[in-house]
Amino acid sequence: MIFDYETLKFLWWLLIGVLLIGFAITDGMDMGVAILLRLVGKTDLERRTVINTIGAHWDGNQVWFITAGGALFAAWPMVYAAAFSGFYFAMMLVLFALFLRPLAFDYRSKLESAKWRNNWDWALLVGSFVPALVFGVAFGNVLQGVPFDIDNLLRTTYQGSFIALLNPFALIAGLVSVTMLVGHAGMWLQLRTDAEVSIRSAKFGRYALMVFITLFAVGGLWVAKMDGFQIISMPDTQSYANPLGKVVTTAPGAWLDNYSKIPLTMIFPALAFVSAILAIILSKLNKPALALVTTSSMLIGVIMTAGSAMFPFVMPSSNNPNISLTMWDAVSSHMTLNVMFIAAIIFVPLILSYTTWCYVKMWRKVTQDEIQNNTHGSY
Amino acid sequence: MIDEAFVDLSRLQFAITALFHFLFVPLTLGMTWILVIMESVYVMTGREIYRDMTKFWGKLFGINFAVGVATGLTMEFEFGTNWSYYSHYVGDVFGAPLAIEGLMAFFLESTFVGMFFLGWQRLTKRQHLGVTFLMAIGTNLSALWILVANGWMQNPVGAEFNYQTMRMEMTSFAELVFNPVAQVKFIHTVSAGYVAASMFVLGISSWYILKGRDLAFAKRSFSVASGFGLASILCVILLGDESGYEVGEVQKVKLATIEAEWHTEEAPAAFTAIGIPDSDEQVTHAAVKIPYALGIIATRSLDEQVTGISDLEKKHEVRIRNGMIAYEYLQKLRNGEDTPANIAKFDTLKDDLGYGLLLKRYTPNVVDATEEHIQKAVKDSFPRVGPMFWSFRIMVGCGMIMLVVFALSFYYNAHRVIEQKRWLLKAAVWSIPLPWIAIEFGWVVAEYGRQPWAISEVLPTFLATSSLTVNDLIFTITAFVIFYICLAVIEGWLMLKFVRLGPSSLHTGKYHFELEKADKQLDQGAQS
Repeated sequence: MIFDYETLKFLWWLLIGVLLIGFAITDGMDMGVAILLRLVGKTDLERRTVINTIGAHWDGNQVWFITAGGALFAAWPMVYAAAFSGFYFAMMLVLFALFLRPLAFDYRSKLESAKWRNNWDWALLVGSFVPALVFGVAFGNVLQGVPFDIDNLLRTTYQGSFIALLNPFALIAGLVSVTMLVGHAGMWLQLRTDAEVSIRSAKFGRYALMVFITLFAVGGLWVAKMDGFQIISMPDTQSYANPLGKVVTTAPGAWLDNYSKIPLTMIFPALAFVSAILAIILSKLNKPALALVTTSSMLIGVIMTAGSAMFPFVMPSSNNPNISLTMWDAVSSHMTLNVMFIAAIIFVPLILSYTTWCYVKMWRKVTQDEIQNNTHGSY
Repeated sequence: MIDEAFVDLSRLQFAITALFHFLFVPLTLGMTWILVIMESVYVMTGREIYRDMTKFWGKLFGINFAVGVATGLTMEFEFGTNWSYYSHYVGDVFGAPLAIEGLMAFFLESTFVGMFFLGWQRLTKRQHLGVTFLMAIGTNLSALWILVANGWMQNPVGAEFNYQTMRMEMTSFAELVFNPVAQVKFIHTVSAGYVAASMFVLGISSWYILKGRDLAFAKRSFSVASGFGLASILCVILLGDESGYEVGEVQKVKLATIEAEWHTEEAPAAFTAIGIPDSDEQVTHAAVKIPYALGIIATRSLDEQVTGISDLEKKHEVRIRNGMIAYEYLQKLRNGEDTPANIAKFDTLKDDLGYGLLLKRYTPNVVDATEEHIQKAVKDSFPRVGPMFWSFRIMVGCGMIMLVVFALSFYYNAHRVIEQKRWLLKAAVWSIPLPWIAIEFGWVVAEYGRQPWAISEVLPTFLATSSLTVNDLIFTITAFVIFYICLAVIEGWLMLKFVRLGPSSLHTGKYHFELEKADKQLDQGAQS
């Protein structure tokens, strides 16, 4: 074993974070692009320029999401089991929405018919907006605690309903998710398209970022007031994974405890706000490449803000706080974490390098001329 | 108590979504290599027709690939959404190959598939060939890891039950990866995919030859497909995954039910080519037997026995009784009586815990099971013989027909007389569905044959479910069926449209419909 069990548990918490960040920056951006598609592309040709900025990358980008799911299964099997079955209809909604995207990208421009293309544009919009919203909503619910229980044979049961997921706080979290991805995508399109499309994208991207800043602040204030979870006592973190052994209470504002305990973590919410503001300014100054870098750091800030507020909780239970799942006790065995960690440190750098090669090779402003000259070789 | 309807619906949903997904995977697996072959010839010879072939078959590949990606997402979600106790119970072992599949294979495949379609103008010839090659490697590595995970469900090696965490935990990653069942399944499954892709290209090319259009294009495609297809079908048949059937207890059960081998025969056993299995009487009526064949196929020897169902039943009964005691000790350990003596006793029996869990269907407490419950559980420890017997024979039958089609196609193609053999070209067109039929029935043999287990001898399927309701499942199954039918209709329609268009869909101006159009314009020009 490279590391002791406790260290590996922490490293896996970070790695899941890395995968989520990878997902937001890449696939999240594709979702933002698809949400913007109908707003910034008025003609078919304009829309094709928008789609072709991500045409060669959306499939690879989507694997961040798939791998995050696989890593959740392997590293935090209890979380995967409880969250996916508990949020059953929300997950199914996301799944059916996600079906639309691969087909829409691939089929849309295969036929000339305006109706055919228009329908696929709607499919792209729905297929991207729904997952972006539901992921945020799910996060919002996790922060409030999820009504589930675990029995002595470690079978989880969910006692909530689908409608209860759509509460005001969760919807704000959902909109935070949508606006941050749309803002990020706006900077991408400002950079990678030209003329009118680029101008419109920049404008809508900045609007989205402004809404994001407001909602993120509102969400933060809300979290400061609402009940957070605190661990009173728990079994040895070096010992086997046992989610049934700890004592947990809830208290208003407890989610902010980590920030006062380790003030350095305040860097994350600060990063989110500052990056978003900088992105707006840079976009306005017509520096979209830098703006894209800052929206990326904004996404890191948002995800790490949620992670560090909740640490070590992953999926708190509102029904029975003591059985809340944490990154110490809902994890795989020492050996599995070790094997998976080795796989991750080998393959993540490889993935990043060949992905970069692909982006470099495909780097250009996608113009209407280019699409017209290569109408059968483009999406 | 176990709600049987709920369990059946959970299984039905999984079967529908897995079988549907598996309509699209095999073509992807094989097509990537066919594209590599075609593009390699293009890069080596510089002849543009091979580039056009790569692009055109690549278009059809893309139409199929999109649905494969979309429906693959379901599989990723479904273990958690519908089999949450399974996810908890074996996630420590089963999750690892799935996650590694993502990191090592799916990233590679998906990153380069986009470059394959849209990178033609931005990459050099060699770079693009490299992209195609990496896409093929990624796709096939994907299958490797998925089948490592699946092989573990059939033969769970390299793992042990831990009463403290109430789950299976990995003890050896190497054993998991080099699981012999996973290895043979991988070879069998990917070569079946190569067969599917070859039959697809062979059948469609034959249709073009029959129609007399784009002959140069069609005959070259036919060549590639007949050669690759013949090699692949030989690989599927000779390296059939039967060689894995002697490893692991549940594999033996599969073999016995496939062969309707009610009682152990003296070695070498005869192969029942065809017959009517009767589960109540435990006999096969009207059986046509081929002497020695089963012994040779299953054990690769003349002196090893193939265990029959009645002998397996006796073994299972012993293990169910042990499993009851194992469960009793598990309860003690879970309730804090974890004395060294209890732990030691549990450790000697824990391999049979799964068999004890089979009794949960009749009594939640397991330890109070009656004789009648035990006898029922013994009967439960086998899949039904009928579906196994017939599915296997349908699969093998399709394989044999395809072997003949590929062999003749290869032979006549090598002699350059394929155009005259119109009956063979027609046979190739009509053979297009065969690989898919064989593959779907092969899935039934492998996965229905695993029943009653989700993980062989470890976790019964009926315990592996999520805590949902029958209505939840009726709702989602309906949604899946409607949605999948729509996907299939759109995909099929688009595929047919492009197959009919043929290479003219590339808009190079060199192929059938465009030449026709150009001719007409010339005629019109001449008249005016």
